[in-house]
Amino acid sequence: MANQQPNSGNPRVDIEYRRKKSAEEMKHQVITFAMMIFLTIVAFVAAGYEGFSAWFIVPFILILAIVQVIFQLYYFMHMSHKGHEAPALFLYSGAFVGFITIIAFLTVIWW
Amino acid sequence: MAAEQKMTYETWPASPEKQTLEAKNKFLGFWFFLGGETVLFASLFATYLALKDKVPNSDMALAKDLFEIPLAFIMTMLLLTSSLTSVYAMYQMKNFNFKKMQLWLGITVLLGLGFLGLEIYEFNHYVHEFHHSFTSSAFGSAFYTLVGFHGAHVAFGLLWITTLMIRNSKRGLSLYNAPKFYVASLYWHFIDVVWVFIFTVVYLMGMVG
Repeated sequence: MANQQPNSGNPRVDIEYRRKKSAEEMKHQVITFAMMIFLTIVAFVAAGYEGFSAWFIVPFILILAIVQVIFQLYYFMHMSHKGHEAPALFLYSGAFVGFITIIAFLTVIWW
Repeated sequence: MAAEQKMTYETWPASPEKQTLEAKNKFLGFWFFLGGETVLFASLFATYLALKDKVPNSDMALAKDLFEIPLAFIMTMLLLTSSLTSVYAMYQMKNFNFKKMQLWLGITVLLGLGFLGLEIYEFNHYVHEFHHSFTSSAFGSAFYTLVGFHGAHVAFGLLWITTLMIRNSKRGLSLYNAPKFYVASLYWHFIDVVWVFIFTVVYLMGMVG
């Protein structure tokens, strides 16, 4: 909740509190980054490994990509913070329309 | 709070990017733009998936002949790391540390330039080694439109961030320019979001077949 204004009546205490809060948040961001690197490496290894069939690899790496994008949106782009209702509406509407477009294009060439 | 007010470390608010009406509008408008960008890139992905490996004759290179894991991996790491460095820049912005914010933005720009350089090398390699060009096949057109559009976004993002850094270099942080930096960093993260799907759908799925 780094975007909340604490109110102790003592500005010095508030600044210390906020600094600590945002340092803590930065630590979470670095953990998120480490997880994103890990997911990326898993995806590259899975795609490069000969033993798996494409029927396993393709859905698997797509799920990894979606997880990684959720990290990016909610942590790096702060969508987990308060006041992001409208951004969520905009982004999900865009993703919904985009998803339908992709499904339409893919099915058009299948049948 | 007024945008032109001279701020100090003590008076700097917790969310400097959303203090003025202009800042709030910018924030909302920019997310609306990102929703539109999502649709734009999704339609380019849809076109690419529909036209992947659609080449006029069998001696032309397909996705599995073109893409190499090491190059795609290095490009991914550069862009992902630049996403983290721009998070650091926004962290310093919230701490009212202008110099460190500029430093992290500078590192972000350098990583972005490295990515762009590799992409130029890659396209050049495909055209000269594989005769895989924009006009050689439907596959080529779809590939260069999707990946090239992303590359153009990277180039635009670099220009944007560099311009902000130069324009505000002597001004320091204020409630007027803090939202500008914030929105530019959102754009930079969005470029990485798109790249995650490009490296998965284009490069990794291309190598799998």
